[in-house]
Amino acid sequence: MSTRIKSGGRLIDRTRKVSFTFNGSRLSGFSGDTLASALLGSGQTLMGRSFKYHRPRGVVGAGSEEPNALMGLGQGPTFEPNQRATTAELHDGLQAESQNHWPSLSIDVGVVNAALSRFFPAGFYYKTFMAPRAAWKHVFEPVIRKTAGLGKAPTEADADRYEHFYAYADVLVIGAGMAGLQAALEAGRAGARVLLVEQTPHLGGRLLSDEVEIDEETSDAWLSRTIAELQALPNVEIRTRLMGAGVYDHGYVTGYERLTDHMSDHMPGGEGPRHRLWRIRADRIVTATGAMERPLAFAGNDVPGVMLAAALRDYVALYGVTAGDRTVIVTNNDDAYRTAIALKRAGLEVPVILDTRDAAIGPLPRQARDLGIRVELGKGIATVKGGKKVEAVEICSQAGEGSVLETIPCDAVAMSGGWSPVVHLWSHCGGKLVWDTDQSHFRPDPDRPPTGHDGAGFVLTAGAASGALHAADTMPDAVAAGRRAARELGFTPSDTTAPTANAEAEEPLQPVWMMPAGASYKLRSKAFLDFQNDVKVSDVQLAAREGFESVEHAKRYTTLGMATDQGKLSNINGLAVLADSLGTTIPQVGTTTFRPPYTPISMGSIAGAARGPLFKPLRKSPMDDWHDANGAVWEPVADWRRPYTYLREGEAQHEAVHREIRNTRGNVGVLDASTLGKIVVQGPDAAKFLDLIYTNMMSSLKPGRCRYGLMCTENGFLFDDGVVVRLAEDKFLCHTTSGGSDRVHAWMEEWLQTEWWALDVYTANVTEQYAQIAVVGPKARQLLESLGGMDLSREGLSFMGMAEGDLAGIPARVFRISFSGELSYEVAVPACYGRALWDLLMQHGAPLGVMPYGTEALHVMRAEKGFIMIGDETDGTVTPHDLALGWAVSKKKQDFIGKRALERPDLIRPDRKQLVGLATQDPATVLPDGAHAVAGSNEYGGPKTIGHVTSTYYSPTLDRSIAMALIEGGANRMGEVLEFPVDSQTVIRATIVDPVFYDKAGERQDV
Amino acid sequence: MLRLTCPYCGVTGEETEFHPGGEAHLTRSGPGATDEAFRDYLFQRRNPRGVHFERWHHQYGCGKWFHAARCTLTLEVFGTYTAQTAVIPEHIIDAIQSRRPDWRPEA
Amino acid sequence: MSDPRTALQGAHFAGDVTVTDAGLIGMISIRGDQSDSGFRTAIRHVTGHDVPDQREMRGDATGGLAWMSPDDLMLFCGHAQANIMADRLTAALGDTRNMVTVLSDARAVIRLHGASVRDVLAKGAPVDLAPGKFEPGSIRRTRLGQVAVAFWLTGQDSAELVCFRSVAGFVFDWLSVAAAHGASVAYHAKPLT
Repeated sequence: MSTRIKSGGRLIDRTRKVSFTFNGSRLSGFSGDTLASALLGSGQTLMGRSFKYHRPRGVVGAGSEEPNALMGLGQGPTFEPNQRATTAELHDGLQAESQNHWPSLSIDVGVVNAALSRFFPAGFYYKTFMAPRAAWKHVFEPVIRKTAGLGKAPTEADADRYEHFYAYADVLVIGAGMAGLQAALEAGRAGARVLLVEQTPHLGGRLLSDEVEIDEETSDAWLSRTIAELQALPNVEIRTRLMGAGVYDHGYVTGYERLTDHMSDHMPGGEGPRHRLWRIRADRIVTATGAMERPLAFAGNDVPGVMLAAALRDYVALYGVTAGDRTVIVTNNDDAYRTAIALKRAGLEVPVILDTRDAAIGPLPRQARDLGIRVELGKGIATVKGGKKVEAVEICSQAGEGSVLETIPCDAVAMSGGWSPVVHLWSHCGGKLVWDTDQSHFRPDPDRPPTGHDGAGFVLTAGAASGALHAADTMPDAVAAGRRAARELGFTPSDTTAPTANAEAEEPLQPVWMMPAGASYKLRSKAFLDFQNDVKVSDVQLAAREGFESVEHAKRYTTLGMATDQGKLSNINGLAVLADSLGTTIPQVGTTTFRPPYTPISMGSIAGAARGPLFKPLRKSPMDDWHDANGAVWEPVADWRRPYTYLREGEAQHEAVHREIRNTRGNVGVLDASTLGKIVVQGPDAAKFLDLIYTNMMSSLKPGRCRYGLMCTENGFLFDDGVVVRLAEDKFLCHTTSGGSDRVHAWMEEWLQTEWWALDVYTANVTEQYAQIAVVGPKARQLLESLGGMDLSREGLSFMGMAEGDLAGIPARVFRISFSGELSYEVAVPACYGRALWDLLMQHGAPLGVMPYGTEALHVMRAEKGFIMIGDETDGTVTPHDLALGWAVSKKKQDFIGKRALERPDLIRPDRKQLVGLATQDPATVLPDGAHAVAGSNEYGGPKTIGHVTSTYYSPTLDRSIAMALIEGGANRMGEVLEFPVDSQTVIRATIVDPVFYDKAGERQDV
Repeated sequence: MLRLTCPYCGVTGEETEFHPGGEAHLTRSGPGATDEAFRDYLFQRRNPRGVHFERWHHQYGCGKWFHAARCTLTLEVFGTYTAQTAVIPEHIIDAIQSRRPDWRPEA
Repeated sequence: MSDPRTALQGAHFAGDVTVTDAGLIGMISIRGDQSDSGFRTAIRHVTGHDVPDQREMRGDATGGLAWMSPDDLMLFCGHAQANIMADRLTAALGDTRNMVTVLSDARAVIRLHGASVRDVLAKGAPVDLAPGKFEPGSIRRTRLGQVAVAFWLTGQDSAELVCFRSVAGFVFDWLSVAAAHGASVAYHAKPLT
């Protein structure tokens, strides 16, 4: 049974007890524990159930590679599933629950026993849920939905805060073990700005568990000295709990910092963020990410208590816990002997070391034998006995088929299949790998690094991450990486003698991909490769037999390496089994693609500050606060919010809209039109430039006058419209749609800068400089005149004219333009006076019955007049002619944007969809927006669509429904009745009419 | 994520400050152009695997348009230069050829 | 006459860094050829500032001249003086190719003060803000999160930031979160040698 041992555990503080809950039970550990070490220390070896078969599982590793010990942590607004117990730091009040079990962890009715698991082979989902079709909806999907998914999704909004942070460095070093520390030191001493990040809370990496002699010092002495020197360097920054998550083009790296997860007193949403996503740019990146130990594939290798050999000694050295009292070691290399030695020295029993090799003659095996440990050569494990915990192992010959030679009782197994460099970050951005035959692993190929903006390699590896596994090789590799990074950036690194590191020499390993080599199907179908996704040796072999020869196909077919751990432990073993099945070599099979992030990062960290009100920018007009306080129902218009209507007590929205329309047409209404785009175009060539930008002739506009203008793309399609005002001979003010101001300004600048740069023209986007208010209705003039200061009479300011002056002492420009058909003035004042003018209008207008109106009243009134709206009547495929706006397309101009396209045969076809008005036969029926008109049948025998509704409203002015539509050849179909089937029962019939429904002669606006 | 240097304001910024504008050095076909020439202007793009010339807009910066010579395969940037040029500048050709000796500008 | 008001109406937030509406500021965009001697003379004559070099900020929001692009300068002056200054600039620039546009009310100016001011900006701006890399006297136009801004340091622990008026509230709220107590990153604390 796993337990806390009497002494040891350099990371824990035995004087500080920490209490936590696991599946509701109160347990305790020590300050400095991980959740995994505290659970082991509490005798809890069983930590979860597997995803597919619900097999009992215990912790396998001691770090971020952990596939099994996944927990739901926190509760309610802090709950997060799939957290690795090995990286979760213990703190008071931590709440953890295990996953994938029902009703409880120890009794799970979902468990699929070994016999039944034959019916869940590779590709099970693809093969089983094919037919009958109806079964999907009623049987398969409900069952899968209930049982699928790893962990539970949170049900409450995340209470915490998150943020991003941009950081720049010359050299980013990822990983602060011996190699990372030394590489950072070399680059730092040379003067480079260095950022050293470490995913755990501790610096030192494997030096904390495995003693190494460095320059005749202990590793602890070297560590303190090195860390002190790094901390003293002003150009070096060290951050712990910060994981290098992904490496991207041109030296961009994401880092995942966990700031509060280890704190017991952190208030969610309180001071400071929970996670911070670092967005780092570095000219050189040194990955000192170490190596990961590989499991061995033998039957029962997933029974709780079977662990990676190095993880077992980590638990002893770092936390003073052990997975068992009697641990069998099974290995193909010398390194695992360190675990045997460490366990023995901690007073624990090691009944046997099973070494697959025929000889073990190095200093480590010698030490083990000297300690009295039995070593069996050429042996392996046939099977592990036990269900929820290890009870014994059956020994066999590695070369054989699994005949049991001896059964050895034990309660833990330490396995080691060798070590693979952590190459993820090297590979994210295209770094290539080579197969190292001696060490049986893929390692970075230094000749094929990821390349940056200048074509040079920008990622270097250091230490075990390079494949330099032995401490004696790690140190010089790290020194070289740190110095090279600095040198390549123009710094002068030291050329003094590098430190030397010494550890016990190691003999070569023996590649072992299956144990025993000739394992029967029965054994292979219990030998797990991917623990989290329950992929066994037999599954990969089946995939190969069924023709999934590409590693990417085999991966998806078997789900090998597709879990939250992304196959950190399973990939190489899986590749080896696949290669063997295909009769080829591992390098021939190759690896799957390594994708960021290295381990899963929180959704919150990805969103950063962009949540709630900060999710996306909200643009507000200068009168926004008045609208908000006076019943505005908001409508998003591009990034703006605009009042849709102003709701009064007891009113429905449509009632409010109708009231606003009637009041505007009968009295006077005011509209906040500040969001309209306003662009100044100035210079001797301004008129010439606008003649190119607009389809109309703008050069003939007289100063002081306004003209409605259209803009097309080079494809000849309408993309924005608005009123152009000639302020002076060389100065125009171009109004755009609310959503179009930035786009139109950018469009003008693009043409000016990249095509017509010889023109002497400047533009300025003055949209937000002005608050603009439309004063509309028969009493509009009376209201404005009551403010005083300007002559706004019919003679003083005629229709489509512009005047400048002071209104109530506020500097103003007044445009006599109308989008409603009424007598209408648009008044522009500096934005700082917008609210003041609005207040004056409400105050002076009160006796006249003034009311504000919103965007819906605006829309209805413009539709009553047959005015088009960009985005309603246009969709990027509509020409001015389609909308009967041919009068606004100049025939005299030699050139304008879109002119050539408008000559294309397809754009002058008579049967193009053209704008029409629609009057429903039943005046009370309002057509749905977008409803299709049908006539005849199409090539499949169904009804043929001949057009669609673009705008549709109930007009309170006309007391009937009105609509506009784009209909094939519509211009010549006046009076035709069209059918609009809106559902299987209902067809709405409407007559094609003139789209100008109200005041066709335009008498109301010109008074 | 790319890093580009704006030749107008000298800022070396990340891709999110800029907005791409497609292939550079296109010749506008206006009124009077043949259907083929107009089609090519609107739609036909080189889309090469390798050295490419692109338009970029320093949208969250000085607002200027510029051209970048870039390798679409390696994302290497050979240089940036003003958009107000009809032909590829000599120093850009040199920079490309120093790293892609076999590359020749199209006629 | 009515009182003019800013978008933020004097808003103030006190966290690790204080975030404050800088109030009414006159801002004038001056387009023209900065290499033209007539242009340079006129600018110096009217504003009292030499034409700034690339990305240079002369002075601050209470009175200063910023380099916005190769053909655009931004003059900061008293809000009430902006129209007069614009007229004087237009007159002084005469026939030189130019455009002078008052943009005082199209923008908002926000002041930041506190030791971690560089950190706060670095939470949203993809800019190297390390001491030595970004110092008072430089202006940087970039984005802060999702919106366009320009900022400059007015000291080692203070900055001014300009954004569009319509998003002033959004930017203020964004900065208030970034500047809240406990939000220091302490990344830009060590001066680079």
